[in-house]
Amino acid sequence: MSTTTTPPTTLPAREATPYVGSALDRVEGLEKVTGQARYAFEYSPDDLAYAVPVQATVARGKIRTVDVDAAVKLPGVIAAIWHGNAPRLAPPENAELAVLQSREVAYRGQYVAVVVAETLENAREAARLLRVDYQVEEHDVELRADHPEMYRPERVNPAYPADTEQGEPDAALAEAQVVVDEIYSTPAEHNNPMEPHATVAVWDGDGLTLYDSTQGASSVRDTVAPLFGLPPGNVRVVSPHVGGGFGSKGMPLSPVVLAALAAKHAGRPVKLAVTRQQMFAVTGYRTPTIQRVRLGADTEGRLSVIVHDAFEQSSRIREFAEQTATPTRMMYAAPNRRTTHRLVRLDVPTPSWMRAPGETPGMFALESALDELAVACGVDPVELRVRNEPDADPESGLPFSSRNLVACLREGARRFGWAERDPAPGIRRRDGLLVGTGVAASTYPVYRVPSRATARAEWDGTFSVRIAATDIGTGARTVLTQIAADTLRASPERISVEIGDSALPDASVAGGSMGTASWGTAVVRACEALTEELDRRGGEVPEEGLEVSADTAREVGAKRRFAQHAFGAQFAEVGVDPDTGETRVLRLLGVFAAGRIVNPKTARSQFIGGMTMGLSMALFEESVMDREFGDYLNHDFAQYHIAACADVRDVEAVWIEEDDPHLNPMGAKGIGEIGIVGTAAAVANAVYHATGVRVRDLPIRLDRLVR
Amino acid sequence: MNGEAHTTGPDISASAPSPVTVDLLLSVNRDRHPTTVDTRETLLDTLRERLGLTGAKKGCDHGQCGACTVLVDGRRVKSCLTLTVTLDDREIVTVEGLAGEDGPHPLQTAFVEHDAFQCGYCTPGQLCSAVGMLAEAAAGWPSAVTPDVGGGTSPDEGTPSGGDVPPGDGIRLDDDEIRERMSGNLCRCGAYVNIVAAITEVAR
Repeated sequence: MSTTTTPPTTLPAREATPYVGSALDRVEGLEKVTGQARYAFEYSPDDLAYAVPVQATVARGKIRTVDVDAAVKLPGVIAAIWHGNAPRLAPPENAELAVLQSREVAYRGQYVAVVVAETLENAREAARLLRVDYQVEEHDVELRADHPEMYRPERVNPAYPADTEQGEPDAALAEAQVVVDEIYSTPAEHNNPMEPHATVAVWDGDGLTLYDSTQGASSVRDTVAPLFGLPPGNVRVVSPHVGGGFGSKGMPLSPVVLAALAAKHAGRPVKLAVTRQQMFAVTGYRTPTIQRVRLGADTEGRLSVIVHDAFEQSSRIREFAEQTATPTRMMYAAPNRRTTHRLVRLDVPTPSWMRAPGETPGMFALESALDELAVACGVDPVELRVRNEPDADPESGLPFSSRNLVACLREGARRFGWAERDPAPGIRRRDGLLVGTGVAASTYPVYRVPSRATARAEWDGTFSVRIAATDIGTGARTVLTQIAADTLRASPERISVEIGDSALPDASVAGGSMGTASWGTAVVRACEALTEELDRRGGEVPEEGLEVSADTAREVGAKRRFAQHAFGAQFAEVGVDPDTGETRVLRLLGVFAAGRIVNPKTARSQFIGGMTMGLSMALFEESVMDREFGDYLNHDFAQYHIAACADVRDVEAVWIEEDDPHLNPMGAKGIGEIGIVGTAAAVANAVYHATGVRVRDLPIRLDRLVR
Repeated sequence: MNGEAHTTGPDISASAPSPVTVDLLLSVNRDRHPTTVDTRETLLDTLRERLGLTGAKKGCDHGQCGACTVLVDGRRVKSCLTLTVTLDDREIVTVEGLAGEDGPHPLQTAFVEHDAFQCGYCTPGQLCSAVGMLAEAAAGWPSAVTPDVGGGTSPDEGTPSGGDVPPGDGIRLDDDEIRERMSGNLCRCGAYVNIVAAITEVAR
């Protein structure tokens, strides 16, 4: 059911190839199921010591004194390091990285000291004995939309304008026949990859090796090296296996710097793992949001105006402004539109990227509001979205290179059995539960950035492809093997793809759903060049092997002539206990249009994984700020609930054929994040349909349903 | 509380005692390891930091995520909550010890085929947990979703690994049973659907 919206192209049609598009098992699968795959903390160089950090226990203030006497007297303690004796770092661009450089405390939980000892047990005990005396200052940790210090950031992540406006939104709202005007909120949420951030830091003279749990080895090297006054070539970052990241390992944060600093001061290789509890302060999180959405439409549900205002927080020391309202700029047609972002700096940890930053909370609000408009107009919510489908990108006017939202909605409605749906809320019971269904749209932009790769032919007929990409569980190693196999016209068994090491050719970070597009382009270009060279030599490989390299800076830097986004439709069925308000997601179906799917097995896992995180966001996840003491209170898995196996029943993801020749050599859009976008709205819309109660504040807790 | 002084850390004037160590014989994956351990040391840290068996993972160190699950005398335990000093002469099996001489454990094969993991960090715990869980079900141990809790041995009567459970006493593992019994092992990548499919295939 191909429904390409693009004009015919002169590029040669890509025939179905043997490996791209096939369900290859993960190439490192056996290593992972036998416990052989090695993660950062599992490197144990000779003479290693253990570092355990100490966190600030006040939300704002100055460190007066640090008493390390009791700590350093413990047997086996090598060093206790704080701002008074820490090695000096060059001032970083991101102030979070200036660890142990001053007496200022910007948020509760910030690292203020670190202890290094011979064993983990000794280091923990010593860290406990370290005494820190603070001059406490009054703190402010509460996000409010009417906070007097709200301001308009210059840009929102990564480089979008904070505000946009088209037409006359206020006049259009005044004239609209139907208006939805509601406030939605999403709480702070923490990424919580299963592997806590960890680093093993080894100095050798002026050389530094970091075994690090990161989404980007090249970027850790480039960020850490100048802090220690080193050229990037002196730092090597190794991360062959990474236990998830979801954005929290996307940029180097304080723990990796602390490990390097501790190892330098102690004169020993040092292992440092962030604890699960510490992760709630020092490894980033999704900002809480307060969002006002105003929709104006005619009685048929055709939008004349959309206004989306987002309010968010960041820390005192770093501005991170999430792009919460950006999907509203391109989702639906409306001649009048305004989107704004306002930020307040509080005495809180610095928020950062968490799976689809911006789209995830933003689409919860927009897609909930769309559902409210559907109810207000008496129009089916699938039909309402179809009616507001734009011909071109509403903001830029550029044509979409492919946009198959309508196809996703139609296919999802067919598979889900949407046609039989009675829109009346709160009237269906099954097995004692109130049941209902909901739908929401999903989207994620297409990004691609430059990377480099080398491809090498060996005399024995094997190939190796090298690129400093990262597999955080996405299947990157596997899909790059498939992509290389097709370009080299060789079977995957003959190809070894080496990733996860900054000594390999520079690659972009595993983030923004752009890994396959960015790295894949470099791999294709390197393999094409190698194939050409081999053809020129009549297939002869010299004894020493044959290697070529590629750099995609020019290709990727070309100006875009299209608006490019992936789309999807999420359908949810929920059951709500009418007495307790307990909500269970009975069914989730995602239908996606994301270009060519390189590996249906790992792609399905990515989509389902995103949807599962979206289910978790809808029902459970909420980091609760302690106003009195200024900390995220529920900072462990006992109190910050993520979906467990029993919460996840019938979740399925499918996709439609989408042939888009304007993307990259693979014809693929990113799929790592779109799965979470829209899921929470679909669940909340289903809860409304089940119960008649509209929950506009996530998560959908019992107390929000029992009245 | 503006302007207040605030001090953290316990007030300990006496010098702290030296760590207490104990010699014991650890049996891990059928290998014997004479080991001296700090009495504060958890099995998880002993395996990972002392024995080089890094298959068991540390996800929370508080028994909340299940990534550290291993088998002790055939039963699944959270190694981060188990002090090594209590395990003298007990049979410990980690993910490194699941494979037989003729290749990977059927669950390991099924996990790869069903793509029952992404980042792989929870996987060793999921696998050890699944091995223990299948034995529990075979022994007839009920779960919170088992409708008839009449049959089988209770967890206090013998272990499920003994092989002396009469056939026919096992619990039929449908999706609800597997999901319930595997809910102590968190997976942030969201591979639950595939984990249940993989375990179902082996349970049949």
